[in-house]
Amino acid sequence: MQITLTVNGEDRALDVDPRVTLLDALREHLNLTGSKKGCDHGQCGACTILLNGRRINACLSLAVMHDGDEITTIEGLGQPGNLSPLQAAFVQNDGYQCGYCTPGQIMSAKGMLAELDMGWPSNVSADLTDIPDLTRTEIRERMSGNLCRCSAYPGICQAIEDAATEEGMTKREAAE
Amino acid sequence: MKPFDYVRASDAAEAHDTAGRIIAGGTNLIDLMKHQIETPSKLVDVTRLDMHEIAPSDDGLRIGALVSNSDLAAHDTVRRDYPVLSRALLSGATGQLRNKATTGGNLMQRTRCPYFYDTAQPCNKRQPGSGCPAMAGVNRILAVLGTSDQCIATHPSDMAVAMRALDARIEVARAGGGTETLPMDDFYVLPGDDPSVETVMQPGDLITAVHLPSAPTGHQTYRKVRDRSSYAFALVSVAAVVDTDGGKITEAALAFGGLAPRPWRDTDVEQVLLGETPSDALFDKAADVLLADAKGHGGNDFKIPLVRRTLKAVLADLTGVTR
Ligand SMILES: Cc1cc2nc3c(=O)[nH]c(=O)nc-3n(C[C@H](O)[C@H](O)[C@H](O)COP(=O)(O)OP(=O)(O)OC[C@H]3O[C@@H](n4cnc5c(N)ncnc54)[C@H](O)[C@@H]3O)c2cc1C
Ligand code: SF4
Ligand code: FES
Ligand code: FES
Repeated sequence: MQITLTVNGEDRALDVDPRVTLLDALREHLNLTGSKKGCDHGQCGACTILLNGRRINACLSLAVMHDGDEITTIEGLGQPGNLSPLQAAFVQNDGYQCGYCTPGQIMSAKGMLAELDMGWPSNVSADLTDIPDLTRTEIRERMSGNLCRCSAYPGICQAIEDAATEEGMTKREAAE
Repeated sequence: MKPFDYVRASDAAEAHDTAGRIIAGGTNLIDLMKHQIETPSKLVDVTRLDMHEIAPSDDGLRIGALVSNSDLAAHDTVRRDYPVLSRALLSGATGQLRNKATTGGNLMQRTRCPYFYDTAQPCNKRQPGSGCPAMAGVNRILAVLGTSDQCIATHPSDMAVAMRALDARIEVARAGGGTETLPMDDFYVLPGDDPSVETVMQPGDLITAVHLPSAPTGHQTYRKVRDRSSYAFALVSVAAVVDTDGGKITEAALAFGGLAPRPWRDTDVEQVLLGETPSDALFDKAADVLLADAKGHGGNDFKIPLVRRTLKAVLADLTGVTR
């Protein structure tokens, strides 16, 4: 089937079988291999991308369902020499070891911070009607869909805190 | 995945395709198709239909079937007036999944029984008549109420448990014409002889919305007990709306997750509580009624005392009884 995806700001025409997931379309058809395939079943978060600005698991989505949609992948966030604040903060804080989960972590963090900016509550927010703060507890809960086999979690959390602070997001104290 | 045809429905008529299988967020169906547990020959993508709105209705709220789990959880009215629903949604899955998962798809999601997921095993739900290895097998996450001798699977949704406590009704547009608005106990079918039948949905039927009645006055809470503190299905969960006045319980709506093939509600439990003075002994009596017919299968025996403790803790919190 013929579809067009706007990937990292560029229109990309594709001819795909309906079975092709959005993840495989990005990796195999468009050669954007930054998004990773960990589990292929929505469990690990390695394939996280932004779909029309929101984070989703690209492995649990069919490319044909996204004709006309806007996709942002790690390649679109920043490139070597021109890293986004989140990417730079992951480098500075050793927010990885093998790096396999990293693109998914960063894209998820990007989407997560936007959700926080919109005032979305989480399961650990004490008051649902309050504007949530970027505490360590909130970050951990909101990032629980991204697994890291190397367990680089302390660096990941620190990187997200740093990048958010740099972008001027409020931060009260880290709860632990 | 088995090959399938793909159609994007541009209006409701196209969605009522009796030969097709509806896909919304895809977070459950695509997973099951990859495992070849589900093998539809045609997918009907309903995501471009106009069912994305949360709007006030005559007495409460009408939630379009395509409203994402994230949007529903973050909606101002839901956060303020139906916090049990926000809490239940936020306790489920992950940020990424909730962005994709829809209200209709969440109601229709299938069990997490390990044998249902393993196509090398028999399973009455996948293949009626083939047997149920879970009964004498690994059944830690499975049901203790509402089961049959054919199947002991649970419905895994958190959202639906909160909706059951709130007396939500499900709006179904029938393929043959006409719309029905069904209470949840009329929507979900208990396993009986054929556990492959889970709801009253027929081919080509479309869930169009969920209706919530006006906000209850009581305190609301959702308590989910699971193996990790985030990103895990419920072992047991309790959605509760409870009010007291002059030291007596005046309102009690209780629904349970992780216990049964559908979000479980038993109004006899609530009758035990209504009009009474909250106390530890009273809460035990309510749990006795809830669990009178509970049956464990070994690995899931622990759920029976676990739900008793969870229910008592929730009731104590909401009525201010100190334990
Ligand atoms: C790793 C993981 C963890 C999860 N954890 C949790 C959890 O903790 N708690 C929880 O509650 N859930 C959890 N889920 C399940 C998740 O909530 C569901 O997958 C999701 O809600 C399904 O919605 P969907 O829109 O993606 O459905 P789809 O996958 O698109 O569809 C699911 C079913 O619903 C049918 N359907 C969809 N929309 C309609 C409609 N409008 N009318 C008629 N039929 C329709 C489809 O035909 C299909 O049979 C988890 C899922 C994953 C993958
Ligand atoms: S409990 Fe139900 S779903 Fe699980 S194996 Fe038995 S029949 Fe299948
Ligand atoms: S590859 Fe998509 S969640 Fe693991
Ligand atoms: S850095 Fe290796 S999996 Fe996360």
